[in-house]
Amino acid sequence: MSAFSTLAIEASGLKKSFGTSRAVCGVDLAVPRGSVYGILGPNGAGKTTTIRILATLVRPDAGEARVLGHDVVRDADAVRGAISLTGQLASVDEELTGEENLILLGRLLGFRHGRAKARAAELLDAFDLVEAAGRLVKGYSGGMRRRLDIAASIIVTPELMFLDEPTTGLDPRSRNQLWDIVRALAAGGTTILLSTQYLEEADQLADEIAVIDHGRVIAEGTPRQLKASVGSGALHVRLLDADRRADAAHILSRTLAADVHVEPDAAALSAPGADADQAAEAIGELSRAGIGVATFSLGQPTLDEVFLALTGDRTEQEEATDVMTATERNAA
Amino acid sequence: MSTATIQIETRHDPEDAVRKALAAGTPPARAGALSTVLTFGWRGMLKIKHVPEQLLDVTLTPVLIVFLFTYMFGGAIAGSTGEYLQYLLPGMLVMSLLFSTVYSGVGLNTDATNGVVDRFRSLPIPRPSPLIGAVLGDSVRYLVGASVIVGVGMALGYRPEAGLVGIVMAVALVVAFAFGLSWFFAAVGLLMRAPRAVSAAGSMALFPLVFLSNVFVEPETLPGWLEAFVDVSPISHLASAARALMAGTVPGLELTVSLGTAALLTAIFAPLTTYLYHRN
Repeated sequence: MSAFSTLAIEASGLKKSFGTSRAVCGVDLAVPRGSVYGILGPNGAGKTTTIRILATLVRPDAGEARVLGHDVVRDADAVRGAISLTGQLASVDEELTGEENLILLGRLLGFRHGRAKARAAELLDAFDLVEAAGRLVKGYSGGMRRRLDIAASIIVTPELMFLDEPTTGLDPRSRNQLWDIVRALAAGGTTILLSTQYLEEADQLADEIAVIDHGRVIAEGTPRQLKASVGSGALHVRLLDADRRADAAHILSRTLAADVHVEPDAAALSAPGADADQAAEAIGELSRAGIGVATFSLGQPTLDEVFLALTGDRTEQEEATDVMTATERNAA
Repeated sequence: MSTATIQIETRHDPEDAVRKALAAGTPPARAGALSTVLTFGWRGMLKIKHVPEQLLDVTLTPVLIVFLFTYMFGGAIAGSTGEYLQYLLPGMLVMSLLFSTVYSGVGLNTDATNGVVDRFRSLPIPRPSPLIGAVLGDSVRYLVGASVIVGVGMALGYRPEAGLVGIVMAVALVVAFAFGLSWFFAAVGLLMRAPRAVSAAGSMALFPLVFLSNVFVEPETLPGWLEAFVDVSPISHLASAARALMAGTVPGLELTVSLGTAALLTAIFAPLTTYLYHRN
C-alpha cells in the first residue's frame, strides 16, 4: 500500500500569518487513516489555525497539505465532501432549534426534507437530545451544544472529522460523555483529528499526539512515549495539620530523593517524579512519623509539565493548568 | 435471611447509539445549487418564525411615518391629507423596503461572529449559496413589509389608479431594487465588527438619502442646488417609477435607472460579499 492511501492527512511546512502575528510557522503532520490523532498545545499555539487550514477554511501562506489524498487548496471541494468540522465555537445556529439545525444541514448535504427530518430524529435520539429538539440552541448548555455539534458532523458519516477543543469549558460529566462519543466515532472507523489543551484528554483518546507550541510541532509520538519523555507525575499531599509541613517535606524529600514544593495552601506540598511504589512508600513514612495525611494523589504530568520538559519553558497556560491540578487534587 | 439484590439499571448506551447513528449515515447525492440556495432561504424564514419581532422594526416605523406625515404635514404640503397620501404612499413603500435591506448586513454579521459560518464553509456546496439564500430569504421579508405599508395606505384612503396590477408591479420593482441594495449591506455587514454597528451605520446612510429624494416632497419646491441632487438620486428615480406604475402611467428613464442601479449593485457587491464571506 502506498503512503497515499494509508495517510488521512499529510501536511508539510504549513505556514500562516495574520498581519504581523505568525499563527503557524512550519507544521508537518502525518495522520494515519482510522486513527485518533491529537494536537496538544496551549491557547494561541496554532492548533485552530492548523485545523482551519486542513478543513479548507484558511489558505496556507506556504506549505502543502493533502487530506484524504486531495490538496486542500487546489481540490478544496473534494476535501469538503469527505470531512466534517466541529469548530471551537460550537458550529451550530443558535437562533434555530436543535432539530432545525440538523434538518438544515441534512438538506444542504443532499437529503430531501423528509429524509433529513428522519435522520435528524435518529441523531437527536442517539445523542440524547430528544427533549431539547424543539428548543432554540441559544438555551442549550455547553455539553448539549457540543453533542448537537457532533451530531451535525455525522449526518453523513465523514471519512475524517476535525474536533477543535471539543471539551474546553465543559463540566466533568459532559466531558466524559463527549469522550465516550469520540471513542464510539473512532470505533466506527472515522479518522479523527482532535485538538486539546489537556494532556489527559489526548492521553484518553488519541493514538498519537503532536505537541504544538508557537506554531511548530515540538514533539510527536504515542501518549506513552510522550509521557515517558516527561517522566512520571507529581505526588500531591495535603496534611491534616499545616504545622507539620516542614517535617513532611523533609520525609518526602528523603524517601523520594526529589525536590519538594510547598504549595500556596499551607497544608499542601508536592514532589515530582514519583511512581506508584515510591508514592506508597512515602505516604507510609509520613504515617509512621505520625503526620496525618488528609488527601494524597499521584498526578499525571500536566500539560504544563510536558511543556516544561519539552521546551524548558513555562507555558503561558500556567495559571489555567494550576487551576486544573488543584481541581484534580480536590477531586482526589 | 435477606438476599441482597443488585439491580443493574438498563440504560441507554451512548456508545452503542452513536455507533448505530454513525453507521446509518449513508451519503446522498450532493445537493444541487438551487436546492442549497432554497435551503438557506428556508433558514431565513425559520429565523423570522422564531423572532417575529425583527419584522416590527422595519414595518412599524414606516407605518408611523405614514401617519405622521399624512396627518401632520399632508395639509401643509399638498393642501389636503388625502392628496398628500396619494403622493406619499409609493415613496413610503420605497423607504420601508430600503430600510429593511440593512438587515441583510445585520444577519450576516451575526452569523460571522458565530461558529456556524465555519460549518457552512466546510460543506461541499457552491460558494455563493449561503449568501444568495440569505438575500432571497430577506426578499420575503420585503414582501411582508410591502404588504403592510400598502395595506395601511389603502385603509387610510390611498387608491392606486392602476389597481392591483399597479401595486404588484410597483412592489416587484421595489423588491428588485431592495435585492440589489441588500448585497451592498451584506458586504458592509461582513466588514463591520458588530451587528449593532451595521444597523447604526445603515440607518445613518439611508436616512439622509431617503429624505434627500422625492419620497416626501416634490423637488420643484427645493432650492436649486438641492433639487439638482434630488433629481439624480436613484431613490428619487425608484420612487417616481413606483408612483408611475401605481398610477398606471409608463415609467421610462426612472424604471431603467432603478433596475440598472439594482443590477449594478448586485454585480459589484454579490461577488464582493462572497469573497468576504469565504476569506480567511
